[in-house]
Amino acid sequence: MKTVNLKIDDKEVKAEEGTTILEAAKQAGIDIPTLCYHEGLDTYGVCRICNVEIERRGRYQMVAACCYPVEEGLKTRTRSPKIDKIRKTIIELAAVMAGEDVASRMRVLASEYDADLSRFRSRVPLESTKCILCGLCVRRCIEANWDSAIGFVGRGIYRRIVLLPEKAGICSTCNYCRDICPTGRTCSAFGPDPPFTKIDDALAGRK
Amino acid sequence: MKVRSLEDLEKLRGELLAGGRHKQVMAVCVGTGCVALGSQKVVEAIKDEIKKHELEGEAEVRETGCLGICELGPMLIIYPDEISYFNVKPEDVSEIISKTIMRGELIERLLYRDLITGETVSKVEEIPFYKYQSRILLENNAKIDPRKIEDYIAVGGYSALAKVLFQMTPEQVLEEVKKSNLRGRGGGGFPTGRKWETCRNALGKPKYALVNCSEGDPAAFKDRALMESNPHAILEGLIIGMYAIGAEEGIVYVRNEYPLAVEHMELAVEHAEKMGFLGEDVMGSGLSLRVEVHRGAGMFVSGESTALMSAIEGKIGEPRSKYIHTAERGLYDKPTNLNNVETWMNIPLIISKGAEWFKSIGTESSKGTKVFCLVGKVNNVGLVEVPMGTTLGDVIYKIGGGVKGGKRLKAVQVGGLGGGFAPEGMLGAPLDFDEMFKACGSMVLGSMVVLDDDTCMVDLTRYFEEFLSEESCGKCIPCREGLRVIHMILTDICNGNGREGDTEMIRDITETMGEASLCALGKNATNPVLTSLQYFGNEWEQHIREKRCSAKVCKSLLNYEISSKTEKRD
Repeated sequence: MKTVNLKIDDKEVKAEEGTTILEAAKQAGIDIPTLCYHEGLDTYGVCRICNVEIERRGRYQMVAACCYPVEEGLKTRTRSPKIDKIRKTIIELAAVMAGEDVASRMRVLASEYDADLSRFRSRVPLESTKCILCGLCVRRCIEANWDSAIGFVGRGIYRRIVLLPEKAGICSTCNYCRDICPTGRTCSAFGPDPPFTKIDDALAGRK
Repeated sequence: MKVRSLEDLEKLRGELLAGGRHKQVMAVCVGTGCVALGSQKVVEAIKDEIKKHELEGEAEVRETGCLGICELGPMLIIYPDEISYFNVKPEDVSEIISKTIMRGELIERLLYRDLITGETVSKVEEIPFYKYQSRILLENNAKIDPRKIEDYIAVGGYSALAKVLFQMTPEQVLEEVKKSNLRGRGGGGFPTGRKWETCRNALGKPKYALVNCSEGDPAAFKDRALMESNPHAILEGLIIGMYAIGAEEGIVYVRNEYPLAVEHMELAVEHAEKMGFLGEDVMGSGLSLRVEVHRGAGMFVSGESTALMSAIEGKIGEPRSKYIHTAERGLYDKPTNLNNVETWMNIPLIISKGAEWFKSIGTESSKGTKVFCLVGKVNNVGLVEVPMGTTLGDVIYKIGGGVKGGKRLKAVQVGGLGGGFAPEGMLGAPLDFDEMFKACGSMVLGSMVVLDDDTCMVDLTRYFEEFLSEESCGKCIPCREGLRVIHMILTDICNGNGREGDTEMIRDITETMGEASLCALGKNATNPVLTSLQYFGNEWEQHIREKRCSAKVCKSLLNYEISSKTEKRD
């Protein structure tokens, strides 16, 4: 494997070709916040909170650190007022549906980036779901079962996570998705059924 | 019969041309728009009349794709005299045959009537709608039946492919396209030659070449019209591209909501295979190329390159991060070159007429012509093609015939949902990738919607954001939640519940969406809001502060009074 040299903040970092900025930063002891990333699972790149600023050929660009592959000579900044503002806004946007009563990782990041979880939420009169659709539970389910008892349905603002009842038999013994949720929704569930809406109910417009 | 050499092709063309030389041809538009207006019945009536008068040897009907002025359809052009009739009904047909075809007399009431002078015009090229256009890509629409490969060959089709296969190396083709400075017509305006080169140089086999005909903007139909009217030109461009890139497989992605485009493209592929322009041993060159048509489920976001590739792979059509170019790792992780329908269509022309010819049209940074849909509150709604650099004003007033009902123009929406609004003051702006990017933040130039004074810019922006919030894939937080909140705030504003600070809140969200969204849909979704705020900020203020909608569109902001007087009040 080829090694490339890059700069993350003020640190010179060596990383294997094919790894991402996020992985390289982690090895160098630099923390980049994430919500939808888990090292054991496929990268999904949807929370966008790991955004960092890179410089390439004199041009600056924001990229998701969890997806962007390292390059020779790449310069990366992981903190700046602009980056922090974007992260703050993303957390506030995530809270629109997740609600203010979130726990785990989301709570920690909200206080670190001084995010006001009610800022945008106050404009949207919808019941909170405690879910930011990061897909961690879905990907973990696939990894645990080679199949998914939970999955996404709908698109755009109607996207949500549902339980597929015919596959949910496995849930009584699995519970693998329980501790991975960044808002604390699936950790609070005890018993065999994870707290997901059944697909038939979701399609029928029931909660 | 298979065409196996340049000589074969020329011989065939000669025979085809000699066969139809003495006939009068009535070209009737049976594109989606004119069919809806009953053009298929006109075609049937013409066939009946020809039989009745035993004119089979002297006249024939040709079912063509889009002829341009959708507003005045069904449209008919009679060759060789190029007499054009509009709003033709089946009842008019017997008169057309007995007078125009048999005696050469014009039928005054079916001719184009000038909007201002009231004079009639018989020749196509004298009609203002056509006079100010340069119809290079659309030129053959009236001359070919899209279901007949012979028609395309007769007008010079597949000569560019023959030239490429027998006289040029793939490198030379690539050089020619690079030299032409052709830029992608789908939205990014990226230099086509450079994209091809990246794909050609990328490691990995097989390579794919894709046609993007997943057009989803509410006002855009240019890709549909092009594919319905002249599918072989797109296919020829694709085959040339496959040769230059070294791709063995080509896929034409068409949304299933375009049934006629799907049908014509499938037929085109079938006929091209039969004639030897595709398949094993293309034109006797030894090359094997395969093209298939993939019908898309028609999600708006499927037009995004990575989403389109996911859809072809059989997955949900959702974008993925594109930090490694799809030219290097695209469809099935193999090098993939994706171009818009219109981009592909320019290729045979560039090869036949040369890069220098192509470069002589257009502006410094944008070469060639641009096809787009002129719609909204404009007199001549239709499919338009002009050289790059033509100003918005010229398109709307010279070609479009001005705003409907003599009303005042308020704005032009350029580039669909990812585009922006240009106010009246910007009518002098030239249609050019970079100039349009400066004016409205978008390089997408597929449609132009003319808006008059009766339009409420805040309400229209709300509609755009509502559409986008439902058509976004919903994968990433900035785009999904950003659009949800922006739409909610705009709904509040239109309902009279706007608050101080709303515009600042929207600006904060758009900044994050623009920087952090996963794909171009989220990034460009900010354009309608930002241009609306920039150019029509006073209307927003009116709605938020004074709770007033001057266009009288937002119902919640209207006050109704019962007046004892009977006179009309403004």
